[in-house]
Amino acid sequence: MSESSSETTVPAPAAPHPVPTASLRSLFWLFFQIGAMSFGGGLVAWVYREVVEKRHWLPAPDLMSGIALSQVLPGINITNLAVYVGQRMRGMTGSIVSLIALLVVPFFAVIGLAAVYAKIDSISWAHDFMAGVAAAAVGLVLSVTLKSVRAGIRGIGPIAVLIAVFVAVGILRWSLVAVVLVLAPTSVALAWWKQGAKTDAR
Amino acid sequence: MRGDLLWTVFIVFVPMSFLAIGGGASILAPIHHQAVEVYGWISQREFVDMFAISRAAPGPGSILVTLIGWKVAGWPGALVASLGIFLPSSLLCYGVTKAWNRARGTRFHAAIEQGLTPIAAGLMLAGALAIVRSSDSGPIGWAVAALATAIMYWRNIQPLLMLFAGGVLYAVANLILG
Repeated sequence: MSESSSETTVPAPAAPHPVPTASLRSLFWLFFQIGAMSFGGGLVAWVYREVVEKRHWLPAPDLMSGIALSQVLPGINITNLAVYVGQRMRGMTGSIVSLIALLVVPFFAVIGLAAVYAKIDSISWAHDFMAGVAAAAVGLVLSVTLKSVRAGIRGIGPIAVLIAVFVAVGILRWSLVAVVLVLAPTSVALAWWKQGAKTDAR
Repeated sequence: MRGDLLWTVFIVFVPMSFLAIGGGASILAPIHHQAVEVYGWISQREFVDMFAISRAAPGPGSILVTLIGWKVAGWPGALVASLGIFLPSSLLCYGVTKAWNRARGTRFHAAIEQGLTPIAAGLMLAGALAIVRSSDSGPIGWAVAALATAIMYWRNIQPLLMLFAGGVLYAVANLILG
């Protein structure tokens, strides 16, 4: 199951990258912002942009596996991802801080809105503002996905997997869990085989 | 008596924590069933209002549960309802993440990471499509989305700023054109 399965001189499997660090304060601030601006999704891309591209807390494959995990496990995607990133950076405390940061604004906002509901309903610009935030979030997702494809997804196989997931889940609306359960092993086997081929070539 | 009520509010939402997938829309039906039909905490009309409010507020759709807890038992109710819906799935995710990291450094782990990367990218794209589908924002929405994509791709702008600008742009454009 591990490197010992192949008897040839396997190059030390990508050395586990140095334990990343991030202050609890920066974890809190990141997820606080995300929680406050989450109108209608697209926030996973925000996490990717900050954690991988800007702050270099985690390498892309590390976060991408966390994203896949957080979507397949039961629970809300973004709360699961907050737990994942928090755990990677600061263990249990990191998870707790990230989760609380993510939910603190929504918690008070939903109760605050309930108190002034009758008024809010008649303010059309508030509705427009939220529609605009959701539209910009689509742009955020597209730009991040394009970049991650350019940076880390090479070859026909992975691109075919990406397209298959998008078509099955996005367009055909098949069950996310079922699609991932079928395609993930295929994709992992492909990556395993590719690594083996790389090793042999040396 | 009051402790009993808080415990009930907590325990009712625990199973739904594991049923919530994606943004939380999948648990609307069970929430409605328990809160309106089984316990009679809120009326049908209140449920519809609360649903609209939870859509207007930031955060996952399942934040609706917080509102129901608040209605039933005030601030303590809001707190225990939130714990019920968010804590169990988070604990599970924490356990899985920890186990997953213990395998770090093996070829097996590296293959899984590489293999899951295109899966996650496909899921993110599908998520973007779901947002487009669920909003009825029309051409202005498309323009904002296209503009945001281009800006975020070529410039390293803060997501917070971008989303805020998108909201303002949309509202202003709708005011002028609509």
